[in-house]
Amino acid sequence: MILLWSGVKVAFALTFGMSIAGLLGWVERKQSAVMQDRIGANRADILGFTLIGLFHPIADAIKMLTKEDLVPKGALKPFHGLAPMISLGCGLFCLAAMPFGGTVTVLGRVWSLQPVESSVGLPLVLAALGLGVHGIVMAGYASGSNYGLLGALRGASQMIASEVCLVASLAGTLFLYGTLDLQQAVLWQAAHAWGIVFQPLGFLLFLTAGAAVTKRTPFDLPEGESEIVGYHVEYSGMKFGMFLMTDLIESIVVCCLVASLYLGGWAIPGLDLPAMGLLGGVLMAASFSFKVALLIFLLMQVRWTLPRFRFDQLLDLGWKNMLPLSLANFLVTVWGVYLWR
Amino acid sequence: MTVRVVERPARTLAVQIYFIEAWKGLGVTFRHFFVNMFRHAARALGLKGWAPGAVTIQYPEEPAVLGARARTRHRLLKRDDGAPRCTACLLCETICPARCIRITAENAPDVLVEKRAKSFDIDLGMCVFCGYCVEACPVDAIHMDSNEVEIASYSRADMIWTMPQLLGDEPKRPSSFP
Repeated sequence: MILLWSGVKVAFALTFGMSIAGLLGWVERKQSAVMQDRIGANRADILGFTLIGLFHPIADAIKMLTKEDLVPKGALKPFHGLAPMISLGCGLFCLAAMPFGGTVTVLGRVWSLQPVESSVGLPLVLAALGLGVHGIVMAGYASGSNYGLLGALRGASQMIASEVCLVASLAGTLFLYGTLDLQQAVLWQAAHAWGIVFQPLGFLLFLTAGAAVTKRTPFDLPEGESEIVGYHVEYSGMKFGMFLMTDLIESIVVCCLVASLYLGGWAIPGLDLPAMGLLGGVLMAASFSFKVALLIFLLMQVRWTLPRFRFDQLLDLGWKNMLPLSLANFLVTVWGVYLWR
Repeated sequence: MTVRVVERPARTLAVQIYFIEAWKGLGVTFRHFFVNMFRHAARALGLKGWAPGAVTIQYPEEPAVLGARARTRHRLLKRDDGAPRCTACLLCETICPARCIRITAENAPDVLVEKRAKSFDIDLGMCVFCGYCVEACPVDAIHMDSNEVEIASYSRADMIWTMPQLLGDEPKRPSSFP
């Protein structure tokens, strides 16, 4: 029974990730269009119904799946195929550790709404996000193309620069919560106040570093859609689609992390959700999804507003500005917690 | 000659931090987003008096908006008695930089006119829409104000418009796919 329920939860997390990632293709087109006084993609139709462009992600998927899958002559074939799988797999694994809800009592049993319950959930997620670098480096190295390799090196140095800040900005927050368990972090916030109240600087640093880790504009130097040759220059078809998917899923993961660490996770202030049974469970998932959706909206808006950083500016931002700020934030938090306790 | 001094925007600390400037930019895009969303919603609900939420023209369904002085497909004009104004002076054919006009002249029954065009073909596939023919015409016989820009066809031969078609006496049939 427990095994079955775990399977259902993991399946839900993966479906959540994949479907939201598909939907993000539509959100991206439409949101950028509306903020630029345009209409956006609206031509794909099924039997004459266009449904405000919602069929475009389906058209995208069909295009990707039916395209020829090219492997260059000099490529290391097994690794060329493995790289997108590692990238996507790491992204999807992160989603399974997210606290979509707390525990609810239904039919005399206690059900947990977190797919993978672990006392070290957060390090697991960060490790999986970090493993994403392997996918990129492998893709660049196995392509047998110097452009791809250079793109991969650029991607790796960017991801390391931002991931160090990501973890360093989390240090203060985790010290405050005193746990590495995402569920416990949410419960701590429900008992006290949202993390953003105690850690406003940590929140901003984490969000910025998160945007950089997921390689989205203004930090999209590893790929740079049309202008820069990136690590996936030798990929086509669904393998390329998997890299695109990875970026979207990683940005969902970062938004999930921000929501559960800084915006109170599934908790709604003033409501005791764990005591409300089935309704509480539904509200938990809805509240968590709403917070994630808001963060994705914000990140999308940033993506379509700010111009891309130059590479040296990006590394400066990571190593010279954000890392010292994160460490300063950590020190201040440590002293604050010491005096408070 | 005077020297104009251009004030560079000062790179103050607030600008260098970038964060505040980024939020200013986000403010602009958020404003556009929400104003446009509100307009889209208001128009979708059928409320009158709201500007459209986008400047897009859905071209094949909605007609293209042309400027008042746009040079479009040529047309030949007629006199009050219905005869073509053209006197086959060949000024337009001479000035045409693309050499897309072919006129053959004949004697006109009206002695005051002396000559008239027997045939007047314009190869729109070669025309560069410069408007020199309109400028050159001494009798105001040719205009480029038909407001018609959809003149594409499937063959080069179909791009040639004859005199009855330019006068509007005979419809130009769209060519079918070969």
